[in-house]
Amino acid sequence: MENITVKVNGAEISVPKGTTVLEAAHMAGFEIPTLCYMKEINEIGACRICVTEVNEGRGFRLVAGCVYPCSNNMEILTSSPKVIESRKKTLELILSTHDRKCLSCVRSGNCELQKLAKDYGVEDASVYDGIKNEYEVDNSAAHMYRDNNKCILCRRCVAVCSKTQGIGVIGANERGFKTYIGSAFDMGLGETSCVSCGQCIAVCPVGAISEKDYTKPVLEAIADPSKTVLVQTAPAVRAGLGECFGLPIGTNVEGKMVAALRRLGFDKVFDTDFAADLTIMEEANEFLDRVKNGGKLPLITSCSPGWVKYCEHYFPDMTENLSSCKSPQQMFGATAKTYYAQKMGIDPKDIVMVSIMPCTAKKFEIGREDQSAAGVPDVDFALTTRELGRMIERAGINFLGLEDEKFDDPLGISTGAGVIFGATGGVMEAALRTAVYTLTGENVTDLPEVRGTDGIKEATYNVAGMDVKVCVASGLANAREVLEKVQKGEADYQFIEIMACPGGCVNGGGQPQQPMSIRNFTDLRAERAKVLYNLDASMPLRQSHENPAVKALYDEFLENPGSHKAHEILHTSYVKRKIND
Amino acid sequence: MNSAKSTVPFKGTPEQEAQLLSVIAEKKDTQGALMPILQKAQEIYGYLPIEVQKIISNNTGIPLEKIYGVVTFYAQFSLYPKGEYTISVCLGTACYVKGSGDIYDKLQEKLGIAGGECTPDGKFSLDACRCIGACGLAPVLTVNEDVYGRLTVDDVDKIIAKYA
Repeated sequence: MENITVKVNGAEISVPKGTTVLEAAHMAGFEIPTLCYMKEINEIGACRICVTEVNEGRGFRLVAGCVYPCSNNMEILTSSPKVIESRKKTLELILSTHDRKCLSCVRSGNCELQKLAKDYGVEDASVYDGIKNEYEVDNSAAHMYRDNNKCILCRRCVAVCSKTQGIGVIGANERGFKTYIGSAFDMGLGETSCVSCGQCIAVCPVGAISEKDYTKPVLEAIADPSKTVLVQTAPAVRAGLGECFGLPIGTNVEGKMVAALRRLGFDKVFDTDFAADLTIMEEANEFLDRVKNGGKLPLITSCSPGWVKYCEHYFPDMTENLSSCKSPQQMFGATAKTYYAQKMGIDPKDIVMVSIMPCTAKKFEIGREDQSAAGVPDVDFALTTRELGRMIERAGINFLGLEDEKFDDPLGISTGAGVIFGATGGVMEAALRTAVYTLTGENVTDLPEVRGTDGIKEATYNVAGMDVKVCVASGLANAREVLEKVQKGEADYQFIEIMACPGGCVNGGGQPQQPMSIRNFTDLRAERAKVLYNLDASMPLRQSHENPAVKALYDEFLENPGSHKAHEILHTSYVKRKIND
Repeated sequence: MNSAKSTVPFKGTPEQEAQLLSVIAEKKDTQGALMPILQKAQEIYGYLPIEVQKIISNNTGIPLEKIYGVVTFYAQFSLYPKGEYTISVCLGTACYVKGSGDIYDKLQEKLGIAGGECTPDGKFSLDACRCIGACGLAPVLTVNEDVYGRLTVDDVDKIIAKYA
């Protein structure tokens, strides 16, 4: 590609044609602040925080650095007095209508607006105070609230909802000063076809969108001596939690996480990876059964509750394609409250099952119908990685100083196949490992075709003389593309893995928020997924069917995969919903 | 925040729906189809309640929120029907300095609706308008074709009672 020369703060560099001022500055080692800008997703140049002085031969002027393309011999000043003054004024204007309850805000300390206000020396946040719009907080969704009083109208949430996820249940209503982000006819989010993926939370720069926090009732349950409080942690949590404590993106904190959960007072610290292995046993069995007996194909995974709800709303005709397997979270809870309760002689009513998830849709999932194997909800509280981070901080636990500890037995035992569930392609790979073994007796491990952060991946495997065509999609706009192809008969996959969040659970809506200044230049999905694949490679057992605790569960209780009992406890049903009911 | 769903019962006919569907079929594959579809829909129904916006969403694949966002952005679109009696309060300069803002507020309070809306029984709708050329009578309001001038806030009850 053709290169051009620009001068950033006096230093000459060569950049490819088409590079934006923001990117050129980044290459030269200068960061330009942003609020609305998300690379390739929200390039609207609206917030004006990124203003930068450029000279293209006609004197210096301010442009929106995030979207303004460099021209040859352009001079760029990223922090001249004029630039600083303009950014400061913009911040003061944003703050003039912002509900500045920073002390009690969930984002205090990692709020992008707060940081900018400090960086640009905003001394008086109320200097332009005048009329303010007042909004009711929307509490209607199971997983999150929206507080427009804190919204800065950057539209990142709108962009991920409509572009990345192809849903668009939130958008800008009204105009001018009255503009606000909301749903059609001011419906609560809970009344719309929102799928609870939480990607909007992950990108919100301020405290306008956040998950519903259930840390208090969890701590109360822990303090109640009549309750046995069990916790399970999803694969992706160990790849993200460290970020809450300043560790680099992509740090494995499994051991510290287990130690911290024990110090928080959970009676047993278990691993959702165990249930991931269990899911594979059931799902691989279901897949082979459908292939052999002419069942509905393609089989589509059902681990991601955001995806499941999306399917119910947007592709109700395809709910028969969904695997009837509960998600690992729910399988875990169901097993804990039946098998484990029986084994330990505990009344399932006295078990409080807490899950730590990279996900906000899990909060919706625990309240679904047909998710109560023991007559009580399989899972009582689903907390996000962020909520766990907050609990650890509040309890005064020195997370970074903790020695690594191991999960409890037996529901803490897992294999490498379970841990890769947290990355896009992981469920497919784990299922194929076991399906191949079932058909051929061979143990396969690495399947690079289904790994990586591409939104859509396809592969064909020849297993025991049969071609198995598979597809892996993450991000719901990609899922839609795949499903439309299937519906039109343009694709004949037998097995599809879909995750609601781009890159899978490692990039879930419940994972620690990283500012856009980092997200725009770092692939969180790839960095966090590496943790899981490294863990997989390091484990002695890498096949779900080799998990001794899963084998014992079948021997002692469930009989075999797909048994009547397994169906009662580990499988579920779906609802056909509409888009605009 | 603008108040939610129109409370006047929707009285769309199958003929209106058929007309709208043919408009959608004709335009939906062209770029920027939403604006002309909405304009035609408003011609057909007189306003754009949730029922009409849902028909458009379901038949174009455009998310309902996006449609609502466009409808609330442009002043040319209305979420509410016109009432049997349309009350227009002049908020032009002369009327405004003579206190028409207070009259407008009183009407909103009395009718229980905001400007641009219609009472749930379909009787009254309320709008603000600019100068109607009767500054000598300021402050002025009209109810359909009837003009009322030199008003005070206390006149509001009497005027509404006349039409109720």
